Amino acid sequence: MTDDARFTVLDTIRRQLAADPDVETLIDDSPEEAYARIPRTYQRTAKLNHEETLELFYDRLRDYDSELVFTNEAGIANAVADAMREANETLLLVPAGVPQEWLPQHDVEVRRDFDLPLQPLEEPRVVLTPCTVAIAMSGTIILEHGDGQGRRAATLLPDHHICVLWRDQVVETIAEALQRITHRTSPITTIAGPSATSDIEMTRIRGVHGPRRLTAIIL
Amino acid sequence: MTVRVGHTAEKPAFPILAHELLQDDQTRRNVRHATNVIRNKRALRVEEMPDWQDLRTTAHAIKTHTLLHLPHYLEEFERNCIRAGGQVHWARDADEANTIAIQLIQQAAARQSGVKGHAQPSDRPSSPYPSVPAHAEVIKVKTMTSDEIGMNHALEQRGITPWETDLADMIVQMGKDEPSHIVVPALHKNRHQVRELFLQNMGLTELGTEAEDLTGAARHYLRKKFLEVGIGISGANFAIAETGSVCVVESEGNGRMCVTMPKTLITLIGIEKVIPKFDDLEVFLQLLPRSATGERMNPYNSIWTGVTHGDGPQEFHVILLDNGRTRMMANVRERETLNCIRCGACLNQCPVYRETGGHAYGSIYSGPIGAILSPQLNGMKYSRSLPYASSLCGACYEVCPVKINIPETLIHLRGKIVEQDQNTLAGKLSQESMGMKMAAHLFEHPKQYEAAQRLARTGQGLFEKDGKLVNLPGMAAGWTQYRDLRALPKQSFREWWKRSRTNRGDGSNWSGND
Repeated sequence: MTDDARFTVLDTIRRQLAADPDVETLIDDSPEEAYARIPRTYQRTAKLNHEETLELFYDRLRDYDSELVFTNEAGIANAVADAMREANETLLLVPAGVPQEWLPQHDVEVRRDFDLPLQPLEEPRVVLTPCTVAIAMSGTIILEHGDGQGRRAATLLPDHHICVLWRDQVVETIAEALQRITHRTSPITTIAGPSATSDIEMTRIRGVHGPRRLTAIIL
Repeated sequence: MTVRVGHTAEKPAFPILAHELLQDDQTRRNVRHATNVIRNKRALRVEEMPDWQDLRTTAHAIKTHTLLHLPHYLEEFERNCIRAGGQVHWARDADEANTIAIQLIQQAAARQSGVKGHAQPSDRPSSPYPSVPAHAEVIKVKTMTSDEIGMNHALEQRGITPWETDLADMIVQMGKDEPSHIVVPALHKNRHQVRELFLQNMGLTELGTEAEDLTGAARHYLRKKFLEVGIGISGANFAIAETGSVCVVESEGNGRMCVTMPKTLITLIGIEKVIPKFDDLEVFLQLLPRSATGERMNPYNSIWTGVTHGDGPQEFHVILLDNGRTRMMANVRERETLNCIRCGACLNQCPVYRETGGHAYGSIYSGPIGAILSPQLNGMKYSRSLPYASSLCGACYEVCPVKINIPETLIHLRGKIVEQDQNTLAGKLSQESMGMKMAAHLFEHPKQYEAAQRLARTGQGLFEKDGKLVNLPGMAAGWTQYRDLRALPKQSFREWWKRSRTNRGDGSNWSGND
């Protein structure tokens, strides 16, 4: 059934395109050559210097009510502990690949996700991960899922996401950000502000199914 | 082939539905409020983009290019999706897509419940499908394409319960309602109406009236489903040929849940959703959220490729759907309709949609884009009143992020409808057709044209009142019912021209040769 369907659909498209007298002149070269001619005059590279880019990014995050913590690599564990204490939480989920030095030594129980079954995975209400790149223009952080940044469920089920990012991971435009994604066939999630809906009377409500809180630890 | 687009085959024409809906003050208030809010947010977010027009131009060029090479890109997508562990199915129409989905669901449900699934349908000729566990369920993330093919109804008929998880889609499903907007399907309902539905359907005795209360109830109600239901169904905003990846754009997180938590995922994709390269996302992920909801970026985009070991569904199926799309490939005006990325900006901008709301269009695709998409998918068989449901003001074209020239397409489709009508006997003999033919004849024959003018000048006396024509008979009554028509003047331009030339005596007393 589906083989027939495949043939019919592709064949119909070819015949329909051939029936359009205008098309012949339009597709006289290979898809690659034609693709290369697509005009791209929109902004693809940065216009701001890096300090301005960072300021823009911080602004966007504050706009989403995210918390920003500035520290250095040695201060990550303390920053995580502070965020946990403020949120009144003690159980922290971390992907397998998160460095030991990032983890608080006291008052926090750390649960590493070595292929955890659903129930223990769903229990922790806070998760700690790094990210690949962040976009200043839209306040977006991008996760390439795997051992380092966790599988998708790990950053989806907890209500509070603590994300560690280096200043040089912040770029101005989405075009620059996509260039930093090296494993393009890994699952990828882009996150801009907390889960939200405006479905009821266009009133924006924070937090439907995804995490409601984001703490960005900036190095 | 049985192309189906929602319930368009059974729906009355636009003027009839619109007339009913215009009486519904509550709905009109809700629609007006919602469209105003999104319009203003969109305007704000577009204004801050100095390169907005460049982005539109590129998006149009990418879509045009992709459609001209569609077989190439579909095959590339298929190849890469399969290489990454996905399975690709093709469906010519709604029934075929639903049949594939039902079969996949039944096999997955049987496997997941420990019942031995039969991979070969031919095992049991009396029942083509494997034994189904008592309660086969699926969780769904908003997909207009599944509404297009009437998937929920088809699943229910086979004893499969579909759970819509997008807040608005859940409201529509609970109310046994139809979506009235592409992006915000329940915008015709206010929070009091939503509260009533939730109380009835969620088994609650108490529930607040604020939007927060309602959203909280939905979060609680659906959490269990996300964790327990083993099969997910999604649509796709983009299918990337270069990598075989699929991208779903959303806000609530229900999309992430549906594409991550189930063991089996089935993704329904219209064949026009394919884009050539991963980098093309840099264009569309800027245009879509700003146009759709007035956000710089929507909260979540999920991009995944086939199956990833240890992360998300371990069984992934793509259904590539035609359902009338290939019919639109032979003409540039019609093909361009397939550029649509379903942002809904044209609905919010349209002076007709803003008065009537989406239900007047009788199609899940409403507003200006619905007025060109619905009849074309239907092969101009249904939704034929929709190309006329527009004042051709052009606001839709101006806001369209992929530059679909909707007004030109509306006119093109009106022409097609007239042409089709003229091919039937009733159509040939209709007043409009006869009148147009007579007009065509008169315009070609100046002497007869002048004679007709003189005749009309004599005849109009019966209907003339203070220099205006009122209550014309026959088909012209439709015009004069709401508007006055200025009476023909004593002297026509041609008569004046002839006379003034003669009086000046330059001898150039032109007259056409008949």
